[in-house]
Amino acid sequence: MPAVSKGDGMRGLAVFISDIRNCKSKEAEIKRINKELANIRSKFKGDKALDGYSKKKYVCKLLFIFLLGHDIDFGHMEAVNLLSSNKYTEKQIGYLFISVLVNSNSELIRLINNAIKNDLSSRNPTFMCLALHCIANVGSREMAEAFASEIPRILVAGDTMDSVKQSAALCLLRLYKTSPDLVLMGEWTSRVVHLLNDQHMGVVTAAISLITCLSQKNPDEFKTCVSLAVSRLSRIVSSASTDLQDYTYYFVPAPWLSCKLLRLLQCYPPPEDGAVKGRLVECLETILNKAQEPPKSKKVQHSNAKNAILFEAISLIIHYDSEPNLLVRACNQLGQFLQHRETNLRYLALESMCTLASSEFSHEAVKTHIETVINALKTERDVSVRQRAADLLYAMCDRSNAKQIVAEMLSYLETADYSIREEMVLKVAILAEKYAVDYSWYVDTILNLIRIAGDYVSEEVWYRVIQIVINRDDVQGYAAKTVFEALQAPACHENMVKVGGYILGEFGNLIAGDPRSSPLVQFNLLHSKFHLCSVPTRALLLSAYIKFINLFPETKATIQEVLRCDSQIRNSDVELQQRAVEYLKLSSIASTDVLATVLEEMPPFPERESSILAKLKKKKGPGAVSVPELDDKREGGELNGGGDRGPDTAAMSASNAVSRYVLVASSCLFMYIGCTTFSWPYCKFPFVFQSTPSPSADLLGIRSAAPIGATPTSTGSLLVDVFSEAGPAAPSAAVNDDGFLRFVCKNNGVLFENQLLQIGIKSEYRQNLGRMYLFYGNKTSVQFASFTTTTKPVEPLVEGGAQIQQVLNIECLTDFSEAPLLNIKFRYGGALQNLSLKLPVTINKFFQPTEMTSHDFFQRWKQLSQPQQEAQKIFKANHGMDTEVLKAKLLGLGTALLDDVDPNPENYVCAGVIQTKGQQVGCLLRLEPNGQAQMYRLTLRCSKDSVSMRLCELLAQQF
Amino acid sequence: AICRPGGSKCRDLNYIRFILIQNRAGKTRLAKWYMQFDDDEKQKLIEEVHAVVTVRDAKHTNFVEFRNFKIIYRRYAGLYFCICVDVTDNNLAYLEGIHNFVEVLNEYFHNVCELDLVFNFYKVYTVVDEMFLAGEIRETSQTKVLKQLLMLQSLE
Repeated sequence: MPAVSKGDGMRGLAVFISDIRNCKSKEAEIKRINKELANIRSKFKGDKALDGYSKKKYVCKLLFIFLLGHDIDFGHMEAVNLLSSNKYTEKQIGYLFISVLVNSNSELIRLINNAIKNDLSSRNPTFMCLALHCIANVGSREMAEAFASEIPRILVAGDTMDSVKQSAALCLLRLYKTSPDLVLMGEWTSRVVHLLNDQHMGVVTAAISLITCLSQKNPDEFKTCVSLAVSRLSRIVSSASTDLQDYTYYFVPAPWLSCKLLRLLQCYPPPEDGAVKGRLVECLETILNKAQEPPKSKKVQHSNAKNAILFEAISLIIHYDSEPNLLVRACNQLGQFLQHRETNLRYLALESMCTLASSEFSHEAVKTHIETVINALKTERDVSVRQRAADLLYAMCDRSNAKQIVAEMLSYLETADYSIREEMVLKVAILAEKYAVDYSWYVDTILNLIRIAGDYVSEEVWYRVIQIVINRDDVQGYAAKTVFEALQAPACHENMVKVGGYILGEFGNLIAGDPRSSPLVQFNLLHSKFHLCSVPTRALLLSAYIKFINLFPETKATIQEVLRCDSQIRNSDVELQQRAVEYLKLSSIASTDVLATVLEEMPPFPERESSILAKLKKKKGPGAVSVPELDDKREGGELNGGGDRGPDTAAMSASNAVSRYVLVASSCLFMYIGCTTFSWPYCKFPFVFQSTPSPSADLLGIRSAAPIGATPTSTGSLLVDVFSEAGPAAPSAAVNDDGFLRFVCKNNGVLFENQLLQIGIKSEYRQNLGRMYLFYGNKTSVQFASFTTTTKPVEPLVEGGAQIQQVLNIECLTDFSEAPLLNIKFRYGGALQNLSLKLPVTINKFFQPTEMTSHDFFQRWKQLSQPQQEAQKIFKANHGMDTEVLKAKLLGLGTALLDDVDPNPENYVCAGVIQTKGQQVGCLLRLEPNGQAQMYRLTLRCSKDSVSMRLCELLAQQF
Repeated sequence: AICRPGGSKCRDLNYIRFILIQNRAGKTRLAKWYMQFDDDEKQKLIEEVHAVVTVRDAKHTNFVEFRNFKIIYRRYAGLYFCICVDVTDNNLAYLEGIHNFVEVLNEYFHNVCELDLVFNFYKVYTVVDEMFLAGEIRETSQTKVLKQLLMLQSLE
């Protein structure tokens, strides 16, 4: 085949490139470039009209200069001129320049779009492809507006050339991704699905990407693609290695298309039609069989292409998670790869097995490979492979192998790459807790963790060990003994001192009988670490000391001595000084009874989601954590409370507990010694004084936090259609109009409160879906009986002081203006209480922000010019007109707040798309404040009249 | 289920974010972006990719985690061909996608070398657009791509 000879085409360009390459220094290069720029500028400005060739050459040089990293501020017009040339090479350079130097210069966009339009209608396939590639590469909103309706037509027209169809399909995909609202489904959609049957494999390859994307967004509309994809796949898989000619790659028939087909199928559940399903299972079996056949070529390309299909097939098998036979076969195949000489395959097998470990059908099969995986953790050279091995050990861990896996992970930690230590520590901590049958093993493991990798042990980990020790009295004595021993080491990590201080302060009495760990020995041991520790740890130790005074009255004199010395009582750190002063006074003035009450042992922590699990999830992103789920059921809702209720619930309750303690302790001091300082800076030392919520707690503003002594007793989660007729029908006066309006621009807070009940909400929205957590708190000390809400069952009894939680899943089917109502009934004493509340679900919750330029904004604004599309209100400011507050509110609304759009900088403009199940409604908003008059003018334009009206009503009350 | 393997794939995340060809010194020979980045960000990405890829040796995998994505790369003589995709994407399919692309370049430029990519940079973009478009694989048949390229070559 003839090849391109070097430098053909544009001689001047080749010379220029050579010159640049010959430049000895950066300065020389810049000099040469500036000379060229001056030359090009003069040619473009000259009187003599340039011919197409010269124009192409100069534009190409400009492009080269730009790609070298220099700014180009001219030549755009010449590039646009090239677009209308009828010579391919000139047109190509023009389009390339435009695609690389995207510029939303509004004047030019019009010209560019015009040229594209001409090429699209030229019926010349080469020109059509150039134009389509340009749209696909730029993908701007303007282009979407101009061509989103034209391209589907080209794609499905009977007389369109194959290569044009390929480009049109992917061009449309790009527009659909950037401006989904502009690509309207229509008659073309059903015909697109049938491109899966196209004779030309290239067309199928391109079209399937579009179909996959459309299926993800509109699964029902596209579900016919499943059977078509299965039969296409079946034809490829069963073909001989030469049947597909052009599309056979190293003896593998159509590997990329096969992968794309398998991936499309992963958007859907297993086919319901038995015949289709049977055919698909046959395909998957054939793929697994082929993996066992001797290779048709020794080339790595052959095995890679074959295995690309195999891994995609395994992904599909895991996605279905319903064919035990296939799952086990997949696992065995991956097991072979674990020892393959190709590092790539070992890596991918470890990765893929991780997901297999979470299926109940293959979990056991995965476990059989434990030795190989442990070996990989020890011997792999590539750290990313070792990391996958660690992930897999974590995923395959269950009660039967936990001790072995944890031990291996611990020993790996000693030499592990720094980049993965923190994650490893979290994983070890989670497994140790999850599979702890005897808690002494758990305590040993965590202390080992601190010893081996103390720097990587985050707060969550050591908080957690303390929570567990506090909550389980069978392990407290052992924990005290073990930390006492661990602290004997001459150099121990500060985290060890923290855990040691805490645990001895609480449970040192359990080992005090042994003269080797008598109270004074314990105190001296802790205090020997004191001077090497940071301020927070010292603060913690001071609290441990005052606890000692209560536990062991015989240490009182020694400890008071310590507290009284200048380095404590006059410490330059205000926190330490204050603790020393107050503890000293407390210990000298308070009676034994008061001391015993104030310094009582910590009550158990509420069981919530493990703080470390939350931390790991946060680290890896949602969905990335694969705790073997088989065990979750048995463990009885480790995840209760919901992962979204603040990742640090445990830590939070710890610090709340501190606040409570501080309050009481300080008021004691206030009463006894008239101390006027009341501030007690935050510390994480979870002593709690009492466990029933007291009204005084509210003074510290913690009432909206979960009550400490009261665990959420119920967590229901059913999908409730809150928009069904039953919902908003009853117009019984809702009592919370004010509360309701406060939630238009925010998602969390207290929805309602009276003397009996407080209702907090937290909510989150994504596209047309939302989830709302309702927290019902009983403010009284008496039980509420027969507690019901309209939506679904909750725990019928709400104890005094307790809080229950309810989760609502919300789906926005169409736009709406009435808020759903929530009816609550319960008995308090003898009286039936009946409440009807508007749930703060408003149409703006389903906004997706849309960024756009000034030009786009006003163009869209003009397009929405029908009188009923606009809603306007002029109203007096209800609140201050502070810019930052306004901005925060507008952002809370859910739209994008657009800067530099409105010519008047005082005005605010926003844009967004409301996502409902059935449609998307584009919305533009303009808010014009008039500071002098303290008035606003609010204008909304939406593609749907009712939405403009509703948003205007809602918003007019917000500013 | 905490982690449904299929679930994560059903997001419209699976597409090529960018394709980079760099030499060992870090000079870019092709940069094709399928996601919006501003110029500074592009430069940063180019430098980061160079840093993570060049330290790896032949015993390492051809995949490397990169921010929230992953880079699939292969080295040919002094050139690194890198494709940045979503973490759930099919590694081997893209690895061979690179090789298929390289074989086309090799045929088209008749034993391609780095200088061909420098002097004919504007043609390399055409080759890329024939094989990858909108971050997706457009055409995989070498015969079809080369036929089309030669047809274009014959046009004025």
